[in-house]
Amino acid sequence: MSVLNVSNNTSAFAQRVRSDFPFLKRTINGKPCVYFDNAATTQKPQSVIDIVADFYTHHCANVHRGVHTLSQEATLMLEGARKKTADFIHASTDEIIFTSGTTASINMVANAFAERDLRGKSILVSRMEHHSNLLPWMELCKKKDIGLIVADFNENGELSLEQLKELFRSNDVALVCITHISNTLGTINPVEDICSIAHDYGAEVLIDGAQAVMHASPDMQKIPADYYCFGAHKMFGPSGVGVLFVRKEKVENFPVFHHGGGTITEVRLDHVSYASGPARLEAGTPNIEGIIGMGAAIDFINELGRDSILSHEQCLFDSAIKMLQEFPELKILGGAKNRCALISVYSPRFHPSDLGTLLDQQGIAIRTGHHCTQPLMQHFGIPGTARISFAAYNNAEEIEVLRQALKKSLRMLL
Amino acid sequence: MKSIEETEKEVIENFALFGDDWEAKYEFLIDLGKSLPSMNEKFKDEQHLIKGCQSKVWLMSEMREGRLWFCADSDAIITKGIIALLIHVLNGQSPSAIAKAPMSFIETTGLSSHLSPTRANGLLSMIRQMKLDAIAHLAKTKND
Repeated sequence: MSVLNVSNNTSAFAQRVRSDFPFLKRTINGKPCVYFDNAATTQKPQSVIDIVADFYTHHCANVHRGVHTLSQEATLMLEGARKKTADFIHASTDEIIFTSGTTASINMVANAFAERDLRGKSILVSRMEHHSNLLPWMELCKKKDIGLIVADFNENGELSLEQLKELFRSNDVALVCITHISNTLGTINPVEDICSIAHDYGAEVLIDGAQAVMHASPDMQKIPADYYCFGAHKMFGPSGVGVLFVRKEKVENFPVFHHGGGTITEVRLDHVSYASGPARLEAGTPNIEGIIGMGAAIDFINELGRDSILSHEQCLFDSAIKMLQEFPELKILGGAKNRCALISVYSPRFHPSDLGTLLDQQGIAIRTGHHCTQPLMQHFGIPGTARISFAAYNNAEEIEVLRQALKKSLRMLL
Repeated sequence: MKSIEETEKEVIENFALFGDDWEAKYEFLIDLGKSLPSMNEKFKDEQHLIKGCQSKVWLMSEMREGRLWFCADSDAIITKGIIALLIHVLNGQSPSAIAKAPMSFIETTGLSSHLSPTRANGLLSMIRQMKLDAIAHLAKTKND
C-alpha cells in the first residue's frame, strides 16, 4: 500500500503548515531537505523568527525594572508569553517558571529535593528516561545516600502500573520522575494514573514533558503532576528557553536555586525578603526574546489547532510504520499500544550511524545513536537506533522519499 | 616506500574520479571498510577505544624497525572505511612524519564533513589519536 494514500485532508494541512516554515525551502547535499529530526528540535515558523527579530529591532529593553516605555513594552511581551504558556497547559501564571530548558527545569527540582531530609526515602525513575531525567536523580541519590529505584518496561516498551504499585509498596518513595513520552520509543506513558498512584503512596511526581508538550497536549488540570518540565525548541519555539511548572501549593515553598537580581522585595546586608510567585525563582535577566518567541510558537500551534496537528502526526506515524514494515532488515524498537511522534529502528547487520550518513547524503535528516537513553539501549543490547521523528510540516511525500532512500541505503549497506 | 604526501595525492586523484557521485564514493568507503581486517576481539577494550565517536572505534599501533603500524576497527562500516583510508595513508611511516602529516586529503576529498568537531563522529579523534601514538612512540624512542 502506498503511503501516498494518506488522506488528502492531511496533505492539504501539511501544505498549509509548510508555507510558514522558510527552512523547508533549503536543500541538503543538493536535494530538497527532508527533516525527520523533530524530536531533537523542530524548525521555526516565520512568525517566531519575526517576533524575535522584532524584539531586537523595536522593543529591546530589560524587563520588570524600568519605568520607561521600552522596558514596559518588553515586560508586557514577556508576561504575555507567560499567560499564553499557562493557558497552553491549563495552569495559572503563578505556576509557570521560565528556565533555560527541560534539563534546567529538572535540575531545579533536583536541587530543591537536595535541601530536604530524605533519609530512608528513595527516588523512582524508569529505565526509559532521557539522561536529563536520570543523571540529576542519580547525583541526588549519591549525594543524599538514598536509593534510586528503577521501573522496568515490557518488550513493547510499556511501563507496568502493577509493577509501579509494587515498587511503591516496598519503598518509601519521595519523588517519581517519569517521561510523558519516551524520546526513543515514542511510548506515551499513562501519566495521570502514575500521578494518582504516586500520590496514594505520598510521593510527589515530576513529569518530563520535553516530547509530550508538542505531541500530547498536556493539561495540568487532568495530569495531577507536582512538577512538569518542557522546553520551547521542540514546539517550534527558540532554544534556550523552557518551563518548570510547579503546582500552586508547592510554588511558594520551592527553594530558591539561583540567587540574584529580580527575585527580591528588599535586600539589607543582614536580611533578604524574597518576592512571591515565579519572580523569586527567576534570578537575573531572563531569555526575553526566547520567551516571547515561545509565546509566538504557542500562538502558531493554537492557530493550526492542536487536534489537527495531532491527527496529522498520527497519520504520518501510521503510514511510516507501514512503510518501515516493508523492510524486513529493519526492526522497530518497542511497540507500545499508545505511542506517537517518533519511531526508532535498528538492524543487527549495520550501525545506525551508517544509515544516518547515507540518508544525509540523500537530503534526509534523522537522528542516530543512543538518544541520551543509554540504560534503555543496554536493556535491548544495541548500540543505538536510527530515529525518525515527525512534526506538523512533514508530509506523505517525504515518507515516500524516505522509503526510496532507505531502499538505496540498505542496498549499499547489506 | 611512498611518502605520506604521495599517498595523499593518490587518494585525492582517486576521489576526484567520483565527482559528485556520492553513491560511488560511499560504496568505495563501505568496500574499504569491509576489506580492512577485523581486529582481534581481545584488543577491543577500553584501552584501545577512541573517545568521541558515535560508533565505536578501536585503534592500536606498534613500532617495527623505526616505522609505525596501525591496526583499527569500528562497529560502523563507513567509519571503518574512513579508518582504512587513514591507515592506508599513514601506515609504515616514521612517527615523526606521521606527527606532522598535513592530512590535507580529508578536505580535498570532501570527507571533511566527517571532520566536524561534533560529538557525533570521530574522524578528528581518530587522526588525533594516530598522531598522539606517533608522538608517544617518538618520545619513547628518544628516551630508550
